[in-house]
Amino acid sequence: MQQLLNTALVGLTLGMVYAAFALALVLVWRSTRVVNFAQAPMAMVTTFVALVVIEDGASWWVGLAAALLSGLVLGAVLERAVVRPVQGGAEINAVILTLGLFIVLHALAAVVFGNRYRSFPAPFGIRGLEIGDRTIALTATGVFTILAVLVTMALLVALFRLTDLGLRMRASAFNQEVARLLGVRVGRMLTLGWALASLVGSLAGVLIASGSLVHPGFMDSVVVYGFVAAVLGGLDSPVGAVVGGLVLGLSLSFVSGYVGSQLVALAALLILVLVLLVRPGGLFSTTTARRV
Amino acid sequence: MRTLTRAWPDSTLARHLLLAVLGLVAVLLVLQGVSDFRRFQLAEMAYLGIAAGGLTVLTGLNGQVSLGHGALMAVGAYTAALLLPDRDASVPLPLVLLAAAAVALAVGAIVGVAAARLHGPYLAGATLALAVAVPGIALYFKDTLGGEQGLRVVLPEPPTWVLDAAYFVTGQDLTTSGYVALVGWLVLIVTYVLLANLSRSRVGRRWRAVRDDEVAAQLAGIDLGRARVSAFVVSAAAAGVAGAVLALSVRLAAPSSFTLTLSLTLLAAVVLGGLGSLTGALLGAALLTFLPQVATGLGTDAGLSDIQAAELAPLVYGLVMVGVVLVAPAGLAGSLRLLAVRRRTRGALSTTSKGTAR
Repeated sequence: MQQLLNTALVGLTLGMVYAAFALALVLVWRSTRVVNFAQAPMAMVTTFVALVVIEDGASWWVGLAAALLSGLVLGAVLERAVVRPVQGGAEINAVILTLGLFIVLHALAAVVFGNRYRSFPAPFGIRGLEIGDRTIALTATGVFTILAVLVTMALLVALFRLTDLGLRMRASAFNQEVARLLGVRVGRMLTLGWALASLVGSLAGVLIASGSLVHPGFMDSVVVYGFVAAVLGGLDSPVGAVVGGLVLGLSLSFVSGYVGSQLVALAALLILVLVLLVRPGGLFSTTTARRV
Repeated sequence: MRTLTRAWPDSTLARHLLLAVLGLVAVLLVLQGVSDFRRFQLAEMAYLGIAAGGLTVLTGLNGQVSLGHGALMAVGAYTAALLLPDRDASVPLPLVLLAAAAVALAVGAIVGVAAARLHGPYLAGATLALAVAVPGIALYFKDTLGGEQGLRVVLPEPPTWVLDAAYFVTGQDLTTSGYVALVGWLVLIVTYVLLANLSRSRVGRRWRAVRDDEVAAQLAGIDLGRARVSAFVVSAAAAGVAGAVLALSVRLAAPSSFTLTLSLTLLAAVVLGGLGSLTGALLGAALLTFLPQVATGLGTDAGLSDIQAAELAPLVYGLVMVGVVLVAPAGLAGSLRLLAVRRRTRGALSTTSKGTAR
């Protein structure tokens, strides 16, 4: 019973982070029809920025702010400089491009920040909370992680549903031509979409790193899990990404707890293949005619 | 008779075989003249070239991106390692290579069936998951697959007739690394002849048709799924053989050899050389093999530490990959060919327009 509860709690925390990461992928996919495989190294780089700031004597919160800000800038710059030119070209070119960015950011981080494991501080305790006389697997940092992702999602929903800017972003994601005719500066909206996605990814990066170790490759598996979560949700639906992230986090946590942590990635692969074979559009897709 | 009267044969098969023989002679000459370290590097180039050749067929001719070729190489390497546990192993080398190809082919068929329904980013994501998942299997089945340390591979003694023949041709005794490099390049040449013929055949035309226009291909009676799966399977078999040659060359099959980076750099090699060209794949493999040393040397000269300098080579691959997509989507070999074609058509156009002008 104890193990079941703890596995579920760990899964919930992980699932929230995967959800945030999947959300970042979905934001990019919706606005530019590109799966950003470089999302993980981008988040890794901004996490390193936070680490440098924190090791310089600033508090964890200043580090988080630095990561989010650098994420915003990095996303905008990459969209303008590199992704824009391949827009509308062959699908395979965009895939290869983001994979190239993956390698570049990886190598750059290793050159600039070094290739060793470094510990990243946590904002709150990393010991399990005590309820009655039992210690459960949920840590204070874990609670903060869940809350932070929930708040971010609420803010994004508010942005897209309640503001004029959000409406313009949705319009450009829905149909670029029509949006342009209606006077929306589509280019700016796409850049903003990438910047926002990169910001959410940076948040996920810092949350994963907190109380753990950072290394140029520490986000590599997360891009796989984030992608699987996003595909579970249909790649188009932000709600689907969140649900997909939670489902994936829980299932992977159970695989890790009851079968073996080495097989987690294999389990993710199996889930992905099953979903794609049974419902190619994902569990939450609304478009029925899309061919995968 | 015509093939005899002209130096360059007309038949595709004959042309490829002639090239293969010329290549083999060149390989023998090069292997004889270089140091043992270079032979080791040439063996590395051979297995990267084989895997890149397979990936070229998949990505260039069929338009599918696979990031799982590192994982498929792992399958081949582990198969070879399980068949060659000690010196007394009686499994002959050609059989080991065939077995590696067969097992990778089987895995490729399973993945390929799933992949046939995917395209673009979905396929890339699924094979990315494969690349991350496979090393975990070796860690989980510690007892049979050796866990983190991996499995040692014992190179079988070269047959005496090979040693004799090598001595007869080159006048030197064949060293172990020379033997491995020779095996690697032989396999590379055989694989490339097979791949080149396949891509010129009806099968290859189908692959290209599916890549260029799915709907048109379907209207022409091509089974999309079958074409995709067959391309994936062929490419997986090549990756499996490449993995076996890798295992022979480094005498080890360990999870650390088959990281995500390997899969990504293979894709980089294919993109660098030009999608769809086997010559390009070989060029890319040569870059992957020889660039790291040069880049690391330049890095340490510039005052970087060894670890930092070692990252310069991947940095260059990544930058070139991004640059190629932005500037020359057809790759190095492809762009040159495109340039030649454009010049030729322009020439042809100008003569015809002169002819029809009043």
